[in-house]
Amino acid sequence: MNAAAQTRPGRFDNAAIVLEDTAVTYGHGAHATHALTTTSLSLRDGEFVALVGPSGCGKSTILKLAAGLLPASEGYVFVGGREISARAARVGIAFQNATMLPWLSVRDNIMLPLKIVSPFKGDYRAKKNGDYRARADALLAQVGLTGFGDKFPWQLSGGMLQRASLCRALIHEPRVLLLDEPFGALDQFTREELWGILQNLWMDKKPTVLLVTHDLREAAYLASRICIMSPRPGRIVEDRAVEFARPRTVDRTYDNDFVELMQSLRAKITHDGPNAVGSTAA
Amino acid sequence: MKTTLFGPRARQRAASLAFIVGFFLLWEAACVVFSISPFVLPRPSAVLVTLVERFPALMPHIIQTLMTTMVGFAAGVLTGVILGAVVGSSRIAYDTAYPLLVGFSSIPKVAVVPIFVLWFGSGTVPAILTSYVICIFPIVVNVATGLATTSPEQQDVLKALGASRREILFNISLPSAMPYLFAALKVAITLAFVGTVLSETVAANRGIGNVMMIATSNFDVPLVFAGLFLLAVMGVVLYGLFSLLERRICGWASRGADTPLA
Repeated sequence: MNAAAQTRPGRFDNAAIVLEDTAVTYGHGAHATHALTTTSLSLRDGEFVALVGPSGCGKSTILKLAAGLLPASEGYVFVGGREISARAARVGIAFQNATMLPWLSVRDNIMLPLKIVSPFKGDYRAKKNGDYRARADALLAQVGLTGFGDKFPWQLSGGMLQRASLCRALIHEPRVLLLDEPFGALDQFTREELWGILQNLWMDKKPTVLLVTHDLREAAYLASRICIMSPRPGRIVEDRAVEFARPRTVDRTYDNDFVELMQSLRAKITHDGPNAVGSTAA
Repeated sequence: MKTTLFGPRARQRAASLAFIVGFFLLWEAACVVFSISPFVLPRPSAVLVTLVERFPALMPHIIQTLMTTMVGFAAGVLTGVILGAVVGSSRIAYDTAYPLLVGFSSIPKVAVVPIFVLWFGSGTVPAILTSYVICIFPIVVNVATGLATTSPEQQDVLKALGASRREILFNISLPSAMPYLFAALKVAITLAFVGTVLSETVAANRGIGNVMMIATSNFDVPLVFAGLFLLAVMGVVLYGLFSLLERRICGWASRGADTPLA
C-alpha cells in the first residue's frame, strides 16, 4: 500500500536520503519503547518532502536519524549516497526553537556552520570578515532581516529568530535540509509569511528538504510530496505527491483542490488510528 | 535608555553611596549618643585616624594578605576549573564525584588549619592552602553544573554539522558555562579572604589576620576595626574587578535575562 516500503537504495541512484527498514528502540526487553517501527523512506535529490503525523509518532525520530543524531537500532540510513554513522551528516538543520547561541551576534550565529563544516572551516578566520560575512548578510536580506546581523538573539522576536535559524541551516549550502517543526511555535501570520520565504529559498537552490510538521496546510503549501504517519508506533501509511504549481500562495490554500487534498490526508490520519493500523495494513 | 547624570543607574549609585555614608554616620552618632566605650566599639572617625596614622606599618601586612589570597585563589581556580570540567563532562562522573565533593565541602575549614600547620609549620603556606581549599568547591560545582546543563538542542545543531567533541566543547559548552564560572569566581574570591585571614589569626606572624590578633590582645580596638575595614575594602575591590570582567565577557547572560531564552 505504500510505494516507499518497496524502494531499495539501488533503485534511486539520485536518492538524497534513504531509510531502509529502519527501526529505533529505546531500552531493552519489557521496558523497550518503540520510537519507530520498521520504516522505509526515500527522498530524491531536490525533493521537498513533508512528514506529517500526530505527536509521538516518530516523525522527529526519522529526522534525527537523517541528521545522524540518533543511531538506528535496525536497518540502514543513507544520506547523499553514504551510510551515515552518528554525527557525520553535515546537513542543515532547524528546530522548533531557534536555538541561537545567546553569546554570539545574529551574524556570528548564522556563520557558525562555516566554522564547523569543511571546506569552509579551513579559511574561516581569513574570510569571516569578508566573504562569509557578505554571504550571511545576503541570506539575512533574503529572509527580510537586513541590518539585524549585529543584533543579539534576545533583541529579536520569535519569528525573526526562526528566520535567522533558517539562514544558519542554509549558509553552508547543504544538499540536505532537515526542518523539525520550524514554525510550530509561531503565530499564524508569521508562519504563513515564513512559508513563502522558505519556498523561495528552496526554489533558489533546490536542496532536498525533509520537513517534519503536524500542520497539513503547511505541508500542502510547501511540499512536493507528503508522507503521513500513523500514531505511535509510527509507520508511513500514505505517500502522496503534491503537484500544485509553484510558487504557491496562502490564498491558494483556500482553493477547492487544495482543501480536498488536506481533507483526504486528514481522513488518512484519523482512519489509520491506533485501532485500525492492523486492518488497513492488510 | 537614559544616560544622563540623573538617569536610573546614576540614581541607583547615588542611593548606594548615601546608604554607605549613612551607615557610618549612624554608627558615629550611636557611639556619641550612647557614649559607647572605644574599647567596645570605636567610632568610625577614630578607626579612620588609626588607619591613616598606621598605614605605613600596615602596608606590608596588606600586601602579605593580598598575595596569600591571590596565590591560593589562583591555584583554587585552576584546580576547580579542571576538576569541574572532569566532573561536568559526563553524567556518570557527575553522579560519582558529587557525594565526595559535598563531603569535603561540608568540613568546616577552621578545622583543617591546624592540620596544615602541623604539616607545614606556621606562616604563609598554611594560609595559602586554607584559601586554596576553601575556594575550590564553589568553582567545581558551578563549572560542572554549567557544563552539564548545556542545551542538547544547541549541541544537536553542531552535531548535525559533523562537529567533533572538541568543537562542541569550545563552541557550546565552554561559552555557556562562563556565567556559572563567574558566579563562582565572585563567591570564591571572598571565601579566599576568609581562608587567608582564618589561617593568619591561628598561625602566622604576618598579615592582616595576625595584626588583628595581636591588636586584640593589646586591646587596640581601633586597630582591630581598621583591619576589618581593610579586609572589607580588599574584598569589595576584587569582587568589583570580577564583576567588571564578567560584564565584559558574558554580559549576554545578564542582558538577556529579561527575555525568555530557551
